[in-house]
Amino acid sequence: MKKIPVSSCHGLAAGRRQRWRNLRDRLARHGIALGGLGVLMAIVLIFFYLAWVIYPLFVPASIERSDGYIRPMAALGPSLALAIEEQNRIGMRLTRDGSMVFFRVSDGRVVRRERLPLPKGRRIVAVAESDPATRVLAVGLDDGHVIIVRHDYRADYSARRKDANGRMLAVIRPQLVWPAGRRPLLLDERGARITQLAVQADDEGLSVVGLTADGRLVMVSAELDEGVMEEDAELTRANLKMRVPADFMLLDKERRFLYLASRDGRLWQFDVSDREAIEPGQRLRLTGSGERLTALRFLAGDVSLMAGTSHGRVTQWFNVRDKGNRERLRRIREFRAGEGAVLYLQAEPARKGFVTVTGDGRLTMFHATAQRQVLQRRIAVRPPLRLAISPRHNGLLIEDARGMRFWRVDNEHPEVSWSSIWGKVWYEGYQKPAYVWQSSSASNDFEPKFSLTPLVFGTLKAAFYAMLFAIPLAIMGAIYTAYFMSPKMRRLVKPTIEIMEALPTVILGFLAGLWLAPAIERNLPGVFALLLLLPLAVLVFGWFWHRLPSRIRHRVPDGWQAALVIPVIAITVWAAIGVSQPLENALFDGDMRHWLKDALGLDFDQRNAMVVGFAMGFAVIPTIFSIAEDAIFSVPKSLSFGSLALGATPWQTLTRVVLLTASPGIFSAVMMGLGRAVGETMIVLMATGNTPVMDMNIFEGMRTLSANIAVEMPESEVASTHFRVLFLAAFVLFVFTFLFNTLAEIVRQRLRRKYSAL
Amino acid sequence: MKHDFSQWIRSGQPWVWLNAAAVGASLIMVVGLLGLIAVRGLGHFWPTAVHELSFTGKDGRTRRIIAEIRERETITATRLRESGVEVPAGVESVERMLLKTGNRDILGSDFRWLLARRISGDRTPATLTVLERYEWGNFYGYLKNVKQHGKVVAEGDMAWPALLSRIERVTALHTRIRRIEKHDIGAINYRLERLRLRERQLQLDGNTDPAPRREIAAERQKLKARFAGLRRQLADLNRRIQRDSLVMEIMDGRQVEIPLAKVVRAYRPNAMSLPQKLGHYFGKLWEFVSDDPREANTEGGIFPAIFGTVTMVMLMALLVTPFGVVAAVYLHEYARQGFVTRMIRIAVNNLAGVPSIVYGVFGLGFFVYFLGGVIDDLWFQAAKPSPTFKTPGLLWASLTLALMTVPVVIVATEEGLSRIPRAIREGSLALGATKWETLWKTVLPMASPAMMTGLILAIARAAGEVAPLMLVGVVKLAPSLPIDGNFPFVHLDRKFMHLGFHIYDVGFQSPNVEAARPLVYATALLLVMVIVVLNLSAIMVRNRLREKYRALEH
Repeated sequence: MKKIPVSSCHGLAAGRRQRWRNLRDRLARHGIALGGLGVLMAIVLIFFYLAWVIYPLFVPASIERSDGYIRPMAALGPSLALAIEEQNRIGMRLTRDGSMVFFRVSDGRVVRRERLPLPKGRRIVAVAESDPATRVLAVGLDDGHVIIVRHDYRADYSARRKDANGRMLAVIRPQLVWPAGRRPLLLDERGARITQLAVQADDEGLSVVGLTADGRLVMVSAELDEGVMEEDAELTRANLKMRVPADFMLLDKERRFLYLASRDGRLWQFDVSDREAIEPGQRLRLTGSGERLTALRFLAGDVSLMAGTSHGRVTQWFNVRDKGNRERLRRIREFRAGEGAVLYLQAEPARKGFVTVTGDGRLTMFHATAQRQVLQRRIAVRPPLRLAISPRHNGLLIEDARGMRFWRVDNEHPEVSWSSIWGKVWYEGYQKPAYVWQSSSASNDFEPKFSLTPLVFGTLKAAFYAMLFAIPLAIMGAIYTAYFMSPKMRRLVKPTIEIMEALPTVILGFLAGLWLAPAIERNLPGVFALLLLLPLAVLVFGWFWHRLPSRIRHRVPDGWQAALVIPVIAITVWAAIGVSQPLENALFDGDMRHWLKDALGLDFDQRNAMVVGFAMGFAVIPTIFSIAEDAIFSVPKSLSFGSLALGATPWQTLTRVVLLTASPGIFSAVMMGLGRAVGETMIVLMATGNTPVMDMNIFEGMRTLSANIAVEMPESEVASTHFRVLFLAAFVLFVFTFLFNTLAEIVRQRLRRKYSAL
Repeated sequence: MKHDFSQWIRSGQPWVWLNAAAVGASLIMVVGLLGLIAVRGLGHFWPTAVHELSFTGKDGRTRRIIAEIRERETITATRLRESGVEVPAGVESVERMLLKTGNRDILGSDFRWLLARRISGDRTPATLTVLERYEWGNFYGYLKNVKQHGKVVAEGDMAWPALLSRIERVTALHTRIRRIEKHDIGAINYRLERLRLRERQLQLDGNTDPAPRREIAAERQKLKARFAGLRRQLADLNRRIQRDSLVMEIMDGRQVEIPLAKVVRAYRPNAMSLPQKLGHYFGKLWEFVSDDPREANTEGGIFPAIFGTVTMVMLMALLVTPFGVVAAVYLHEYARQGFVTRMIRIAVNNLAGVPSIVYGVFGLGFFVYFLGGVIDDLWFQAAKPSPTFKTPGLLWASLTLALMTVPVVIVATEEGLSRIPRAIREGSLALGATKWETLWKTVLPMASPAMMTGLILAIARAAGEVAPLMLVGVVKLAPSLPIDGNFPFVHLDRKFMHLGFHIYDVGFQSPNVEAARPLVYATALLLVMVIVVLNLSAIMVRNRLREKYRALEH
């Protein structure tokens, strides 16, 4: 403790008080500094938070291996089919003797074994899997019969077990269902051995196709009732004599097309949509010369064929309508899976990804739409191989000659890549590559289309038309207000413009959508007439005013021209609307919309870019106006006085001196306006149809980034790819406006320093 | 003259005129827009005449139509022909009228177009009656009789006064029913829910003490008994309200019986005198600002939207003022002008320029899902799995808008601070005050009007903003207000209604846009008025402030 030199009661108290005051002062200093920096922190926080949400989109996938184990019931030999249930807890394998072995994925302990009802002495010669979501298998026998079986899993909570977090843990009980009955179904009436088999069964129907050893295609179809065939169900059969050396056979889930392919790369397509006949269709080669086909699978949705070759390539094919409106298989894109042959190819069950294993021991995960290699890793495997992907895409079960191993997969957002977001993508069912935004649909096999390009295009289109309307009006208005207008009128005009700036955009949008859009549609020729007539009328009025005797002219003080032209403008507007219909009848055959379509080929939407241009222009005018006016008004008077004194006219002074000096300020005003136009939401949301088309046509609508967020964000599932892509859209907007605003602000700060130097 | 003209051109005068025209056009647009909203918004509540029009149908027979005339327009004959209407050849333009025929439950729609040339007669009989109903919109027709328990009790001229007095009775019953349903039963439900949460909390805490459980059970029993009593009362009221009905004759001569319980009010616009019309007008206006919405927000009042907007904005003001003022004081009084202040100014400018929807996205992600998730984990375990704060709501909406409007407060406050002469600060410091004392006792009080300006502008901006609110808390129809009589009285977690969103929703999402449109204009007018008044007051405060400091400088 320091001693207090003059010790009096009063002095002690004063000292304490002094210290208290100083302390408070210091506290305030730090508190306030913290608050000030808080603003900086806020903008940084927004930036980094958005970036943090987007980040997982661009993280490559990862996999993590767990301990391997020998095949459950290894004595039964390698699996003919392998599957895993959606919680990654129970696996299933089908063995050559007709056993379905259910085992724990974590350690391979067998939990249940079921035998398929094989008739005595019969052997399994072919196995086929239906769409993964159906969990249906078909097992072909050597006497032309097939057994159809579904493996289901029931969660049983009765054991009341809890996991580490105290959550209830279900016991998963596998069970078998027989969609076509327990008895083997006769596929080939001649009883020949089946060499290839394909099956599709859903809730409504079932089809099995087999290729027999004596070269015939045989098909059996039946209707199902909630996934099970009724006792007296009628079977529909179809046959085709077809000697093809097929090594692969696939049937799509709509049961429309059947594909056969041979190892040398030839593919045959058959139309089986009429269940009573098999119609041969296209034939083509899937591989290059000297290349062999080593794997063939559907991508989820069964529209795309993925063909793996001996050179480690995977090509994607789907049907595209050609000029004659016929469907033709086209090669869409190609992936490099590795150096050796593609040993195994498996499609993800519910999205457009697939996994390959190549001869050089590479495991590679791809996403087809995004044309992206999500992950590649060397693993040690010894063929024969079998691979199952978990229904939630978070696990892989790999079986090779030595045993089994489960891999935990973290692959949440494979759909996103630079090309799928910004580039043209050839989507399934499209005639050619396109920029498309279509984030969701009712169907499960939907291919999400996350191209931000049409949205960015829409944003820029809306901003462009808004600026087209706003820049001339705002800057010319600013010039007049700052340079020519009488101070008295200026005091009236400025607050009016401020009110204009404060008008909620939801009201502008509402008027644009419900009042302006129909009004423009009704008076389309009038609007164009107005754009032509207005400057003309003003000029004519100016000339007459100039010719008026000075007695009348001098009655109105200088700087009130703006007030004088108001009635002129009002009359012109009224006249333009008045001539609209006569014009339409005289020039456009009574309907300008039709004329646009017929003569110029332009489509007309009621809520179009023109409406947005007017409404958003209205919202942007005050922003540009205030900043530009400020810049022009604060040009030092000495400059303009000097110019006037040298004999220049006011107009010359304005264009050669004032505007030049103020031009950085005007530029910054335009930037601020652009920033506002790019981010505006409600006006575009309400004044356009919000269809993401890419067309500069002023009579069509658009969808902007901001409107898209407003429409889709509330329905988006948290942490899904769609959710994160919407954040990405917000981030793009943020960066756009950040650039415009920072540029504008730096220019303005420069300008301020320049003026103060003058 | 020719020489004169070219000289006029060269002098740059035409350009000056064009620039003047730009200002003129902007002014016309602003005034025109405000005028349009005012006329349409205010006109909505006026009892317009109901016409009985006769026209010749396609089959050559004369028909009558009872309707309000909403709009008249002329349109080219070609366009009409394209939309499938027959127009005789040689005609170029046609006048047509949009008629509001009401009776949606019988006719299928409220509106129809009619070509003016087909109309052969137009009367406005004084006995034409308009019924406003709780469902299906307005009803137009002639009153035939009034029934009680299905028996006619008044007919002809006597029917009208009988109807009016019976409507009064029904309205009183309605008020009581609504009070019980919304207020009393709502409160009981709320308390039952709180009991459930308390019980769940006990369970989570592993508390096995039976005493609090017994207490809860007793309380629940009591509430349930009260609930049963209220249900009985309601059943009785509902029976009594069903007593009366009336019979109307509609335009095609059919007679329709309508239960009186469905009627909000009845009036005869054609027979009303001007004072009566004024009375009706202000009655409707009052209903508009004080009542709950009906029919998916397309009729009735917008009180919950006004209340929600005001609550949200007040809360936002509470949050934004300290932050904005502190930041401005730092920038102007404390920070050394240099790189950091330049950065902060750029940040402020960017905060002002970032699109509002981005704030919405940020608010949804950071406030709702992140902060809300943390809060729920810490204090609202019992309510899970239904979220308490991890869902859009009042608090998050206010916070988001506060972040958005911070720059407005900063800019205005800084301007105020810069107008205070240095001499005042130096004088205070010279007298021995610390910097903080100078600030707190002299500078800030002097700058308070500037802060006020900033705050008013921030409120005006927040009141009109919709896009971010759509993500962080606004709903089409909120079941209860964010402030009510149930403890803790202010419910920060509730969703709320908002004037701006109401405009968007009713104008663009409602199934019957044509019928809802006048109401949207009225809502828009209210919102515009609030914002214009706020802005004008901010401008006035600012101007007075400038005058004051101009005096100080001398």
